[in-house]
Amino acid sequence: MIQLVWLIPLLPLIGAIINGVAGSRMGKKAVGLVACLSMAAAFLISVSIFFSLIALPEEARSIEVGVFNWITSGSFQIDISFLVDPLSTLMILVVTGVGFLIHVYSAGYMHHDKSYWRYFSYLNLFVFFMLMLVLGSNYLVMFLGWEGVGLCSYLLIGFWYEKKSASDAGKKAFVVNRIGDFGFILGLFLLFWTLSSHGIHSLSYKTVFASVHELDPKVVTAIAALLFVGAIGKSAQFPLYVWLPDAMEGPTPVSALIHAATMVTAGVYMVARNNALYSMAPEVGQVVASIGIFTALFAASIGLVQDDIKKVLAYSTVSQLGYMFAAVGLGAYVAGVFHLMTHAFFKGLLFLGSGSVIHAMSGEQDMKKMGGLHRHLKTTSITFTIGALAIAGIPPLSGFWSKDEILWEAFSKGHLVIWAVGLLTAFMTAFYMFRQVFLTFSGECRADEHTKHHIHESPAIMTVPLMILAFLAIVGGVVGIPFFEGGSKLHHFLSPVLSHGSHAAAAVEGAGEAVAEAHSSLEFILMGVSVGAGVLGIFLAGLMYFPPLKSFAPSFWTAENMAGTFSPLHKLLYNKYYVDEIYDAVIVNPIKRLCGWCLSFDLGVIDGIVNSAAWITRFISWVSHKFDIYVVDGLVNSMATLVNFNSSIWRRMQTGYLQNYAFIFVLGVLIVLVRVLLG
Amino acid sequence: MTGPEITGGFPILSTLIFFPALGALFIIFFLKKEWDVLIRWVALGVASVEFLLSLYLPFTFDANDPGLQWVEKTIWIKRFGISYYLGVDGISLLLVLLTTLITVICVLASWTDIKEKLKGYMALFLLTETFSLGVFMAMDMFLFYIFWEAVLIPMVFIIGIWGGQRKLYSAIKFFIFTFVGSLFMLLGVLALYYYHGKLTGTYTFDSVVLSQSIIAPAIQFWIFVAFFLGFAVKVPMFPFHTWLPDAHTDAPTAGSIVLAAVLLKLGTYGFIRFSLPLLPNASIQLGPFMAGISIFAIIYGALCTIAQKDIKKLIAYSSVSHMGFVMLGIFVFNVEGLKGGVLQMVNHGISTGALFLLVGMIYERAHTRMIGDYTGLFKQLPVYGVFFLIIALSSMGMPLTNGFIGELFVLLGAFKANIFYAIPVVIGVLLGAVYLLWLFQRIFLGNYYYGGKGPLLDLGFREIIVALPLIILVFWIGIFPKPFLMAMDASLNNLIKQVETNYRKGSDASANVTARLQAPSAERAGQ
Repeated sequence: MIQLVWLIPLLPLIGAIINGVAGSRMGKKAVGLVACLSMAAAFLISVSIFFSLIALPEEARSIEVGVFNWITSGSFQIDISFLVDPLSTLMILVVTGVGFLIHVYSAGYMHHDKSYWRYFSYLNLFVFFMLMLVLGSNYLVMFLGWEGVGLCSYLLIGFWYEKKSASDAGKKAFVVNRIGDFGFILGLFLLFWTLSSHGIHSLSYKTVFASVHELDPKVVTAIAALLFVGAIGKSAQFPLYVWLPDAMEGPTPVSALIHAATMVTAGVYMVARNNALYSMAPEVGQVVASIGIFTALFAASIGLVQDDIKKVLAYSTVSQLGYMFAAVGLGAYVAGVFHLMTHAFFKGLLFLGSGSVIHAMSGEQDMKKMGGLHRHLKTTSITFTIGALAIAGIPPLSGFWSKDEILWEAFSKGHLVIWAVGLLTAFMTAFYMFRQVFLTFSGECRADEHTKHHIHESPAIMTVPLMILAFLAIVGGVVGIPFFEGGSKLHHFLSPVLSHGSHAAAAVEGAGEAVAEAHSSLEFILMGVSVGAGVLGIFLAGLMYFPPLKSFAPSFWTAENMAGTFSPLHKLLYNKYYVDEIYDAVIVNPIKRLCGWCLSFDLGVIDGIVNSAAWITRFISWVSHKFDIYVVDGLVNSMATLVNFNSSIWRRMQTGYLQNYAFIFVLGVLIVLVRVLLG
Repeated sequence: MTGPEITGGFPILSTLIFFPALGALFIIFFLKKEWDVLIRWVALGVASVEFLLSLYLPFTFDANDPGLQWVEKTIWIKRFGISYYLGVDGISLLLVLLTTLITVICVLASWTDIKEKLKGYMALFLLTETFSLGVFMAMDMFLFYIFWEAVLIPMVFIIGIWGGQRKLYSAIKFFIFTFVGSLFMLLGVLALYYYHGKLTGTYTFDSVVLSQSIIAPAIQFWIFVAFFLGFAVKVPMFPFHTWLPDAHTDAPTAGSIVLAAVLLKLGTYGFIRFSLPLLPNASIQLGPFMAGISIFAIIYGALCTIAQKDIKKLIAYSSVSHMGFVMLGIFVFNVEGLKGGVLQMVNHGISTGALFLLVGMIYERAHTRMIGDYTGLFKQLPVYGVFFLIIALSSMGMPLTNGFIGELFVLLGAFKANIFYAIPVVIGVLLGAVYLLWLFQRIFLGNYYYGGKGPLLDLGFREIIVALPLIILVFWIGIFPKPFLMAMDASLNNLIKQVETNYRKGSDASANVTARLQAPSAERAGQ
């Protein structure tokens, strides 16, 4: 079965090609069917690969499947080949599983769109590249997927390309991602040439990880840092997160699939995959964790005051990705990947739920114009609330287990600052999520009459995926619960991959044992604290936004009052710290001006020299022309004139009259005679 | 003499060179100018047969042989050591194929575009093909020079007669620029001939013989400068590039295609074929300088490109940037860089040729090249939009397209040579994405509008057929580049080795000169 792994990316690719080439003539039903079936088949194959894999003994669970030789040059060989191991299997399960649900949902959500076929073609293509990214067995295949998902993200964000804001957002996403890729590709080159100076001409994970200990730790540090720059771009971390909020211009299922569940987690996957490198570079790990936890807090604080239902979720995604990086940066790779998985469930659910709301509200995204939707959208409202509880970290939902594991890892490894910031972020998360829930679903509807009239629950094709995801958001954490006998199942499953570095291996093993043996009272206290933070956040949000609770709130605790009291802070948050404006002023506009200058220089100076050379040549030739006419030819002509003048004098003698000649003759004879006679 | 000798059998290279010229003569002498349809079909027939003939080469090519293949050699002017010497190796093979393919595409691209003086137009295109192939195949420097100069003539007429608004200005600028450069090159060739003769006693223009004994580095330096002026103008390298935007803007569509896809390659080819092996010491000594201006051109060209408002000018400036990649690949002196350089030559021919082709299609409909005159074309012309996007992506080096493979090798080579080469180059790649995506956004996205009258139609059958081979090549090289890389592998490895040995020979030559200079003085001192 495992040998058939190449079918998993191939099926969505075939779906994309069929829909792309013939989709416009196939009819919507066929298009949707092709796209969803290819995903369903890919998911089923992934599931059976998962079972084949766990049937193998633990040490054999890493199988490379080659497809063909892609780039070769001398000793340099890069194959298109796949690596099936616990990490990649988990990733393909998430990608194809959540991907399939989102495809089904999209069939309902996009039903009225004219470019239905184009949408599904892009979406399938995206899944293809995402699967290449997580399945590739070497860095270049990963890079192929890495760039490919960026391209599809560009295409899908700008799907409604008639809107300027959509096409701008797509372009921004692509370019900002490429800034990150700048680091990624340099990291790859550094890795490649360092290895080849050790006589290793390969970029496959197995060889790289096996030989990484022979390399200079400083170089490994540089490689890890450069690769992380790529992750900052792709996974929307500070300072390159700016594209993700704008990416909400795309259709909502796209946001769910690409900008929540799969693509943005690629950076986390990459760091986890390279744990052998990162465990050799603890300084980089520190940086990763710091950037992660800072981003978590930073984005959560922006999320507190946003009014656009999708923007809140976007900042929330940035924030949760920060959590994951905090985990992998601290070497808690399993915790990071665990949160990646549960986040895919609940954030996918939340995005799809917001899509259902937007669908019902005829495209309205401003939460100020919503409210009271619970009455009309029962399924959406309940599933959305489940998602919100999960992300707020309320037990026993999935988000609780994964978030708590990250906080526990931070605490137990002694990173108290990270733990504290993480806790604060957890509180903020609960607050902004329930602010969103209450604003959207409770109280009175604030929409205009026309919109109100059209409010309706989404069809089953959309609500069933919501229910399935809600189920996963509830129970998805089971695999990672540390209290069962033998500790967390996920730890067991992933630890062969995520403990390549001997140092990391010891750490993970140690942590695992520590967790298993001593579910000490400390851990339960910490759990209680983080649950408390979540509950407090929900409660405070309720006091401010949930009508039945509002009356209990102290008089200063209203949204308007707080915004007024902390007006500068509110303004700063509302305007997202003005980061976009700062980037425009500091980077974008200067570059635009530089381009203008370059062009003026090119036309004015470089081409100016060329044209003036031409002009000077023509001037010189004009001068020499005049010189020729007046001086050179003038000389010739004046000679002629002189001769002419001369001859005009002497010509008078040549009269041609015989009598004149006779007269002169006689005169001459007379002169001679006189001379002779007198002499 | 150890160079390859005349091989028997069918003279395939001469056939390839002169068949299009015969076709041109046929069109001129046997077809009346009113027979438009027939002229088109004859030109297409000649170009297609030529392309099919050129396919004989890859099928009989021996990838393991680093040397010249299908060699033809006869003495031409014995007194001056000039021979008629043709050969193709792994470096020129792909360029020859590119030339024959692009000519077919050019004929098809002009199918409805050109209505006036069709006869001369088609004949000139076939002549351009003849001369370009001559440049890629000639191994005798005199023969090379003749073809090199001859290429200019049909191209100048194509721009000057069938061109756009400022066609005379552009044609003359193009002519004078390249002609002046070529004269310096001729000086260089003659100097090489003379010094080599003085050194060895054999006066010859045969480049294979010339590469066997290397003249002193001090002389190499000046010959390199002379060659540089000739080749750099053609590439074009900063600061000799300003003829390019004008020539491209005013050339007819097919003229732009052949200019970008074939003519620019003559310059980079010249560097690889002659500067590196014949002037190894100067090349290596000036390598950092060459790499420096190449990197500068990559960034500078990209920045100028971003500021453009005219689509054709934009693509022309992007060529300056892209050819910088090729030059950088050549002058980092490792196999990766060279391989990337040669592959980028082919890739640039495919991608930029296709961009000009596509721009020509829209120009033929709307008669404007200004970006501001179009928006939202994707809605009205989806097929066109998809083609344009694919080519734009290939041009910015997206994986699974040809551009990625080429840029990857250039970057690998640059990184190997010096980490600080790679950083600005990656910035250049980034800027490439900026200008291409911005161009795509401005033309294709948004609400449909264009400044002209009448509806714009999507691509027709002929237009799809013309563009399709290039699209296929984009993916072929991107997904399965093995045959292309294999073709050049042996020859490039050999070239690197040759540069290294010749570098040593050159140093020896300089030692000999110093020895010879010092010997008499020592004698004198002894007396």
